[in-house]
Amino acid sequence: MEKHRHKFSLLKVLRENQAAQGSFLMSPTNIYSMIFIVLPLILVVVLSFLARGTYGEVVFRFNLTNYTRLFDTLYAKILAFSLGVGLGTTIVSLLVGYPMAYYIARAPVHQRSLLLFLILLPFWTNFIIRIYAWIMILREGGFLNSFLQWTGLIHQPLNILYTPTAVLIGMVYEFLPFMVLPLYTSLEKIKDAQLEAAADLGAPPWKAFLRVTLPLSVPGMIAGTILVFIPAMGMFVVPDLMGGAKTILIGNVIRNQFLTARDWPFGAAASMLLMLLTMAFTIYYTRKAGFGEELLV
Amino acid sequence: MSEYAVEFRDVVKIFPTPEGGEVTAVNHIDLQIQHGEFFSLLGPSGCGKTTSLRMMAGFEWPTSGDVLIDSKIMGRTPPYQRPVNTVFQSYALFEHMTVFQNVAFGLEMEKKSKEEIKCRVCDLLEMVKLSDMAKRKPKQLSGGQQQRVALARALIKQPSVLLLDEPLGALDLKLRKEMQLELKALQDQVGITFIYVTHDQEEALTMSDRIAVMNQGRVLQIGSPIEIYERPNCRFVADFIGETNFLEGIVVSRQGNLAIVNVTKLGVEITCMVSGHLNAGEKAVISVRPEKIRISKVPQGEKNAFKAKVVETAYIGSDTRFILDGVGNVRLSIWEQNKTSTLDPNSYYRQGQDVWVNLPLENTLVLPG
Amino acid sequence: MSEKKPALWLRIYTFLVYAYIYFPILILVIFSFNTQKLNIHWEGFTLEWYNKLFQDSQVLLAARNTLIIAFISTLVATIIGTMAALALQRYRFPGYNLSETVLYVPVVIPEVVMGISLLVFFAIIKFTLGIATITLSHIAFNIPFVALVVRARLHGFDKSIEEASMDLGANELITFWRVTLPTIMPGVLSGAMLAFTLSLDDYVITYFTAGPGSTTLPLRIYSMVRFAVTPEVNALSTIWILIVFILLFIGEYAPRSRTKIKT
Repeated sequence: MEKHRHKFSLLKVLRENQAAQGSFLMSPTNIYSMIFIVLPLILVVVLSFLARGTYGEVVFRFNLTNYTRLFDTLYAKILAFSLGVGLGTTIVSLLVGYPMAYYIARAPVHQRSLLLFLILLPFWTNFIIRIYAWIMILREGGFLNSFLQWTGLIHQPLNILYTPTAVLIGMVYEFLPFMVLPLYTSLEKIKDAQLEAAADLGAPPWKAFLRVTLPLSVPGMIAGTILVFIPAMGMFVVPDLMGGAKTILIGNVIRNQFLTARDWPFGAAASMLLMLLTMAFTIYYTRKAGFGEELLV
Repeated sequence: MSEYAVEFRDVVKIFPTPEGGEVTAVNHIDLQIQHGEFFSLLGPSGCGKTTSLRMMAGFEWPTSGDVLIDSKIMGRTPPYQRPVNTVFQSYALFEHMTVFQNVAFGLEMEKKSKEEIKCRVCDLLEMVKLSDMAKRKPKQLSGGQQQRVALARALIKQPSVLLLDEPLGALDLKLRKEMQLELKALQDQVGITFIYVTHDQEEALTMSDRIAVMNQGRVLQIGSPIEIYERPNCRFVADFIGETNFLEGIVVSRQGNLAIVNVTKLGVEITCMVSGHLNAGEKAVISVRPEKIRISKVPQGEKNAFKAKVVETAYIGSDTRFILDGVGNVRLSIWEQNKTSTLDPNSYYRQGQDVWVNLPLENTLVLPG
Repeated sequence: MSEKKPALWLRIYTFLVYAYIYFPILILVIFSFNTQKLNIHWEGFTLEWYNKLFQDSQVLLAARNTLIIAFISTLVATIIGTMAALALQRYRFPGYNLSETVLYVPVVIPEVVMGISLLVFFAIIKFTLGIATITLSHIAFNIPFVALVVRARLHGFDKSIEEASMDLGANELITFWRVTLPTIMPGVLSGAMLAFTLSLDDYVITYFTAGPGSTTLPLRIYSMVRFAVTPEVNALSTIWILIVFILLFIGEYAPRSRTKIKT
């Protein structure tokens, strides 16, 4: 009897109280996030201030050496290189992707979803497979070299694989859709009337593009930049497979500290640095653009 | 048999605003709605009519006061336990179900047998003339058809009261007029209480047995269409329903249900009908409808007569509309039925012509100013 | 923007970009049939690598693991994520902003960081790495993606159909089951599909939370690419591509069969 009374009043509270319903629906997510996202990240923060023992275990000695180590020339170089690769990937994707997005935004309406679908199609396959495909093409005995030698354009195989160039090609390949889609969304929204007005007022097509189309597509560019730059910086798979020993990014450093060198505190500090960089970037850019979810969705 | 179908006792509803303030949607309302009547809640947007309806349905609970249905206080009873059903403004049909399933839904909730459901749904679809649409989905129907499905879906539960929230708003004019008559006929046929919310005063006048005119959360007047139209009790009602002319003035004297009002601008004293509280010395406004005013070339020797000049005329065919200018730039709008079929233009009043205006006593009201 | 015939250079350019996108895949597929083991020159046509693939117990185990993890994590994440989407889109409650921010964390932090944080967490609570840890991690990053998709679909949701349902006698639970859920189902299924794909495809987070013996297909492919490169990898890739393409075409073109009739 008692149990029934309690159950009834819980349901009653839920029914009558909007906020209670909302909290109830949100609670599984909140609990799960607390345990598997917030807590682990807090552990990493704490870990970054600890030290490594002789046998790779964690010693509870609070210190800042991990962070100072990060600014050592070696790691500072890697950091700078990561930023460079991230930036390079973003810029190249932007340059490669913009004309494509423009083409699709101007295509006949019924074709547009098909064209977009065609861009996305390969990306539904596993991304390691796609990287492997590029390895096949770019390596010394690979397709590209064989082809170029066959046509007589070169006489010695080009050393592309295991260089930063290969990493760039691979990264751009991976991130292109993330740049094209937001650009397309932004371009598609531009009303023709504005371009017609520009023409009416005396602007030739290239000027109209520069002064009207380009500025109006900036939200798309910003969204694309965020979607490319941040994951690009944290990448380690592409440099690992395509970059060889010479190309190391922050992501590789982190990976190595946790799995090979077993210096978890140092790895944690490096992760923190990466996180801070990405957060700073995101906050700065979203403040500037003031964008909501509409562009992502 | 309970006393009233629906009753409101001093109902108040206050909503919190997102900015942290409050808005009073319903401000102390009393209603007594009789069984079997077609009762309309009429008023402009934001007057509280929809909120009142939703409190009857159970989607909102009063902040204070009582809502009674069949003489039972509803309190916080949820909608699925109330003997009323609603026809929504957007129809709110279940898109993922067929017409048949939509109409059957209410009976499924009552756990009726399959045979009974089939029988009653078919009967109701026939009543709204949608029998051959049973297997279609709402998306495949026109606006008028969707509206009838919404109606059938609510009626099948044989509620004691049917609530309708501006159900004809989305239909085009011709269809709307047709549906108004159909709904009225349906209500006569089925015999249950209909409570109808609308902002269209013509619609309310056409269909209702009684109307409650609302503004800013209050009920201003309740009465039959004739009462509301011919005897509005305040300026807002006189203005909201139909067209009227207003003349500002001061009450000179009052005797029983007659009063003499001095219309300062015209410099004339008008004798009017009064209801309610108006005493000598108070500000008042005279309301007289355009179709009631009489104009003539020569004075007819009654009270309430004065001179004016015809400023504009508009020949509509069935009637002629005039704008007159009286002394002190007082404008009057007059509608006169064209009862004769003479083609002689001289028999019609012309622009610039001087005429005598007469305000018949029984059609001239004075209201609080 | 409305349609406009593009300049020739633009058309050629776009075509080239599409070629850039599809070319690697083409090479991959073609060379899966190559007799030469080193896979450098085209030698002849054979199916031996496909044969080898189906007998490779490690690959089959990895495939099985991948599917189990994908199904379970999708199921759990879809339920939890849909609830979160409903909560955020339709209610206001204390802690709303905080809940929303925390929800989207996995979407904005780099995968490496999320991966190692989970590794550290499991190490500290001494939970052995294996299929369980991978699944738990996948659920963690799938929830926000499901929530994002469902939320987008909830935008145009007309609350009055829920009111109509309750008006007709259904209580809150029945209303949810018979009216709300069927109406949002397309969005929920989209979210589930996204979650399934993300789980199937995941490398980085899985890498950090997998233990010995709990390998998944992406992990297996990675080690095959790094250490034992034979056309077997091509064969595996080709099959994966084929399955994905087929599923996608079914998903895109199957629901188009209804015709609309209006009187």
